[in-house]
Amino acid sequence: MNKLVVDQLTKSFDSSIILQNVSFSIQEGEFVSILGPSGSGKSTLFHLIGGLYPPDSGDIYINGERTTGEKGKISYMPQSPSLLPWRTIMENVILGSEIIEKPNKAEALKMIQQAGLEGYEQAYPSQLSGGMKQRASFIRSLLSPQSLICLDEPFSALDEFTRMDMQEWLLSIWTEHQRSILFVTHNIEEAIFLSDRVIVLSDRPAKVQREFKIPFARPRNSSLMLTREFLNWKKEIFEELKVLV
Amino acid sequence: MTQRFIKGWRPVAVLLLFILLWELCSRWFDIPEWLLPPPTLIMETGINSWSDYAPHLFSTIRLTFTGFMIGVMFGLLLAVFLHLLPSVREALYPLLILSQNIPIIVLAPLLVIWFGFGALPKLIIIVLVCFFPIAIAAMDGLRQTNPEWMHYMKMAGATKGQIFRKLEWPNALPSIFSGVKISAAYSVMGAVISEWLGANKGIGVYMTLASSSFRTDRVFVAIFLIMSLSLLFFLLINLLENKMTSWQRKGGGAHE
Repeated sequence: MNKLVVDQLTKSFDSSIILQNVSFSIQEGEFVSILGPSGSGKSTLFHLIGGLYPPDSGDIYINGERTTGEKGKISYMPQSPSLLPWRTIMENVILGSEIIEKPNKAEALKMIQQAGLEGYEQAYPSQLSGGMKQRASFIRSLLSPQSLICLDEPFSALDEFTRMDMQEWLLSIWTEHQRSILFVTHNIEEAIFLSDRVIVLSDRPAKVQREFKIPFARPRNSSLMLTREFLNWKKEIFEELKVLV
Repeated sequence: MTQRFIKGWRPVAVLLLFILLWELCSRWFDIPEWLLPPPTLIMETGINSWSDYAPHLFSTIRLTFTGFMIGVMFGLLLAVFLHLLPSVREALYPLLILSQNIPIIVLAPLLVIWFGFGALPKLIIIVLVCFFPIAIAAMDGLRQTNPEWMHYMKMAGATKGQIFRKLEWPNALPSIFSGVKISAAYSVMGAVISEWLGANKGIGVYMTLASSSFRTDRVFVAIFLIMSLSLLFFLLINLLENKMTSWQRKGGGAHE
């Protein structure tokens, strides 16, 4: 069954068209990346799926149900960790579920331990490093009751080493929990390494330029990035993007 | 605590030096006591006439506290109300600023004409000086919510009420406390001014009586009491603030 269907979305702001007839879908348990030049309307796409504002035309379906313009239907991980500084890590990771229902603290504690944040349950975000904050932010989206997780360039602010670490960590925790993920990035390697499918968006107005099915077997680890096949994929996607610029 | 003590010795030393100089000057130049009493005399009066001014002091404390509490409530309610209704805020905000250009001391005689010499006009004066810093600080704090956090809350499907309770209110707390601290200092001043207008009890009354009978030492005692009261108030609120926004002080990098 399709987890998410985006059907012919069009959105413009002040007479400039940002998205034009964007359509794609995500299967149950699938990891899909949206790749595009910065400023290509990736964030707008996210805001539409999140229901912050309605599209000019087109529809969004989550679990077969039409959710166009409705908030709270996806679990969201923003670019910056956006942890609330007055809440402890424990209180922060249950925030997403707290908004919808009564949070499950036992499960939250288990997740915190799994993420290697054991002992930091009662710490405040300011006491954590950048990577740890992102991990807490991701646990928060995993603990939210919505089954589709949308990640908006979550690792773009991290340094290269932390980023590679986080990518592997994300994959390991994702294989365990098997959720559908929509991942927005402008990093080609990141998209190939993580995803089942990569959707390339064109620049202004954003249309679906091309879709790539990434065939690498899972579980993957970072040595994959050095294989010839990986580099071939990177080359192919890079060529596709170069047409756009 | 010891660190604070080590840091604090300089201003304390300056203060002691100043008092010493004052004492010496009033002795050397033989300044009459009604003009400038020496610190030792003021201290003596302060200790000996405790039973004289104690009832006045307690009356002022009660008045200050009641007025302050009403002022805080009023300021916070106004801030939340105006925050939730942006169009009303736009209409009232400039008027609110304008209202503070009227010196309270000018309003005082009017209040006496309208409400007499009871507790009501005094409370109104204290509330008038108190509510403004709190209302402005709270409104600013509520408005200056990090847009990224707001964005997350909206994407997560939070209702307006949830956004207020879980995000805007805790975010505004540090700002609200700065307003409350300013108000606390103002409230003591407001209480004394209101007592000057006409009261039978209070530090303001004690001060007026002392100055009209040229008991300058008592005037200084009154000034000292007002200062201590303000300071005490400030410290109590500081304590409360540290308790309620303890997350602010637990900063620093990871692995600490």
